Amino acid sequence: MTCREFADFMMDYIAGQLPVDSRALFERHLARCPKCPKYFEQYKATVAAGKTAFECPDDEVPADVPEDLIQAILAVKPR
Amino acid sequence: MTNSSTKLPSADAVAAANAAAADAILLARLRAGDAAAFEDLVRANSPRMLAVTRRILDSEDDAKDAVQEAFLSAFRSLPQFEGGSLLSTWLHRIAVNAALMKLRTRRRKPERSIETLLPEYLADGHHAEDFHDWNLPADRAMIGAEQRAIVRKCIGELPDNYRTVLVLRDIEELDTEETAARLGMTPNAVKIRLHRARQALRTLLDPHFRSVRS
Repeated sequence: MTCREFADFMMDYIAGQLPVDSRALFERHLARCPKCPKYFEQYKATVAAGKTAFECPDDEVPADVPEDLIQAILAVKPR
Repeated sequence: MTNSSTKLPSADAVAAANAAAADAILLARLRAGDAAAFEDLVRANSPRMLAVTRRILDSEDDAKDAVQEAFLSAFRSLPQFEGGSLLSTWLHRIAVNAALMKLRTRRRKPERSIETLLPEYLADGHHAEDFHDWNLPADRAMIGAEQRAIVRKCIGELPDNYRTVLVLRDIEELDTEETAARLGMTPNAVKIRLHRARQALRTLLDPHFRSVRS
């Protein structure tokens, strides 16, 4: 297996969707390749960091929605 | 006397029951046409809705327009809302849909190519580059506010069609089929695009999280 093929299989491996024979090849490459273990760790860390980035509601929720937006919304409320 | 074997409801269950009760009261006021109830609904939910439309749309004006369109759609659908979920959950879904609709209809702008953000390989299919250690904690709970802000900024730098798939799958946690249906793509195309988006995000994060020692 090449590093390119290994990279193509990473997502399915994490999701537990890699067929048994491909999984064995994937794990053998992971054990032998000097570069892919770090790349794979960083790929997994990226997925986790992406999920974490929006987990803390106070980080990104604007303290104040512009008043003109609030008024524009209220202008179309049912009468 | 309280029976010691009686299980008390958890704090989460109590909070959920309180939220459902508050929703029922607000819904009754909305259906009665109470103007103050509409204002309460908008002021309470618009900040989180603006946060979610910003994730999908990189233009602040588009994100605000999507919130406005989401409320317009919600007001129209209010008579049919059956209370199967909290109003806030229902509005969140409508905001995601409004943002996706906006993404489809707005004028396309030239986008950064994803190709430069994907790994490079030698002719024999092995990695061309060396990878550095990262100082990003493996434990998600240890990732701090500053690091989360960097990740959000990098997600914002992804090309639209990749960012959208990553947001819907990894952040909104829609499954592949639902994401495909919302975006008018095949499930296989969603999987390929998500994988490329994650790899591109890794490249964007790399300079920020390289360990000083490596």
